[in-house]
Amino acid sequence: MDFQLTDEHRMIQATVREFATREILPRAAALDHSPTFPAEIIQKAAALGLMGMMVPERFGGAGVDAVSYVLVQEELARASAGVQTIITVNNSLVCDPIAHFGTEEQKRRYLPRLCSGASLGCYCLTEPAYGSDAMSLQTSARRDGGEWVLRGTKIFVTNGVEADICIAYARAGPEPGARGISAFIVEKRFPGISVGKVEKKLGIKCSSTAEIVLDDCRVPASNLLGEPGTGGKIALSTLDGGRLGIAAQAVGIARAALEEATAYAASRQQFGRSIGEFQAIQWMLADMATRTDAARLLMLRAAYLRQQGTRYTREASMAKLFASETAMWTTHKAIQIFGGYGYNQDYPVERYFRDAKITEIYEGTSEVQRLVIARHVLGKNVIGDS
Amino acid sequence: MNIVVCVKQVPDTEAPIRITPDGSGIDETGLTLVMNYYDEHATEAGLRLREQFGGTVTLVSVGPERAREALRTGLAMGADDAVLVSDPALNGADHLGIARVLAAVIKTLPHDAVICGKLSTDDNAATIGAALAEYLGLPQATAVAHLEVDAAGTGAVVHREVEGGVEVVAVPFPALLTVERSLNEPRYPSLPGIMKAKRKEIKILTLENLGLTAAEVGVAAARTALVRLSPPPARKAGRIVEGDTEQAVAAILAFLKDEAKVL
Repeated sequence: MDFQLTDEHRMIQATVREFATREILPRAAALDHSPTFPAEIIQKAAALGLMGMMVPERFGGAGVDAVSYVLVQEELARASAGVQTIITVNNSLVCDPIAHFGTEEQKRRYLPRLCSGASLGCYCLTEPAYGSDAMSLQTSARRDGGEWVLRGTKIFVTNGVEADICIAYARAGPEPGARGISAFIVEKRFPGISVGKVEKKLGIKCSSTAEIVLDDCRVPASNLLGEPGTGGKIALSTLDGGRLGIAAQAVGIARAALEEATAYAASRQQFGRSIGEFQAIQWMLADMATRTDAARLLMLRAAYLRQQGTRYTREASMAKLFASETAMWTTHKAIQIFGGYGYNQDYPVERYFRDAKITEIYEGTSEVQRLVIARHVLGKNVIGDS
Repeated sequence: MNIVVCVKQVPDTEAPIRITPDGSGIDETGLTLVMNYYDEHATEAGLRLREQFGGTVTLVSVGPERAREALRTGLAMGADDAVLVSDPALNGADHLGIARVLAAVIKTLPHDAVICGKLSTDDNAATIGAALAEYLGLPQATAVAHLEVDAAGTGAVVHREVEGGVEVVAVPFPALLTVERSLNEPRYPSLPGIMKAKRKEIKILTLENLGLTAAEVGVAAARTALVRLSPPPARKAGRIVEGDTEQAVAAILAFLKDEAKVL
């Protein structure tokens, strides 16, 4: 048993901590108050190798391991959960499935530009009527000569406005459920794809969330990702990696809240002493620190298993579930420690609180995570799942 | 163009410094050590020259084995090679001794330009660059805030920040330059850079490898000796001026005139 990070892990962590502190943190509040896509930050992140972190070097990626990945995502989210969302989606939900399931030609065509910042990716799974029940999605794909023709509406697509490369899931066969689903790499320049409604959100405001309309969108047959009918498998395996990124985001938000609350508790004077001298505040900080550490350990375990090549679905769900609920709880306590100041926008803790909420929802709600974990605890037969 | 950059590992300027009880040095327990900030700018200057003219950037450091980490940072930024001279016989060596060791290493390397930080943030001596230029017999320009190398790479025109103005100096290459922090904005090490740096070997040399002896460069040859380190005096508490605005302004004006004597 060895809890030590390697020299490379620590160097990567320190580099990205400095980058996030200097380049992202000073702009985080403004990006929340008047949301704009932080194009300049994303270009700088790409120059550091943060857009395709686990992509092999020969395809333009950084070629780092999953532990490095979550350490970096934590640092980014501690500075701005919105900026980190943009980056983690490009990594986990777009680069990863292409790197794992793509053909050599697809990898050569798409990965270098996704890693360099020339392109940005998005992930089109959720539909208006199919969220947690994603495997029942109804977007259709029919073959027409050398092309697939996709028809349907995708919603809640992170990076939907700015992305030019989309991973889209559609029903290409008659089989019900996951077995009828195929995955496609769809470029925004293909005919028949457009951006619909853009959402106004509670938090992570600088990342766009949009509807993507596929109106007989024509996709070359060579852009089918994986074998026909394996889209469900690709979606679920991709989400295991995605959940690592969200767990890391939640850990980063929780840590930011803990850091701010700790500094405030030390400086805020009431009744002639700093409020950190009161046990009521100390207990909150102690619980915040303990839960944040526990969340980080679950995150690191899941990342470690991934880099060992072991199945880590259960551990990814546990990390995502616990970290997201920790982020919510910790940011809630941080506002309490700040009192009235915590409720207004002059301090960052109300932003952390709003940003934290999404981590309990996207890439599988807390309820879906519990379902996944329960399946592993009880075994599939008890649940009666197909 | 072959460029040599001298690098020193120093305590992070943001880290709290504790002095050992006997005043002979700094307590390194739990201390964060980093590449001297000025040396990051020197490395950046070297990398930009390589991008402009081709060639190599080689980092050289003298220090304990842990100084390897500072070299690793420079390799991750993009330097090609790194050499560390590490020898217990150098404990207590003075700046001139260290400069002689650096000169011995650099003499074995092709060098069109040798670049150092203007000073290191730990002991603030700003001596190494100038001494090194003498030992190497190179022309030098110190405290370079702007650097322009001619198109053929045969020399540079530099701006030096001097009291009340800018001094413009031309130096033919090979030359030694020491750089200001205002010269450039150092790049962050990239993740692929960190992974590549991990695979690079850092060559470690002893005095014997360089044909030097402790008597020539070690404590025996030192012309200065560290007598004692002591922490700076604790800052006095600030004064808060009470009263309404008019009274407060008058009190502050009086303070600025009579006590601080800045008005």
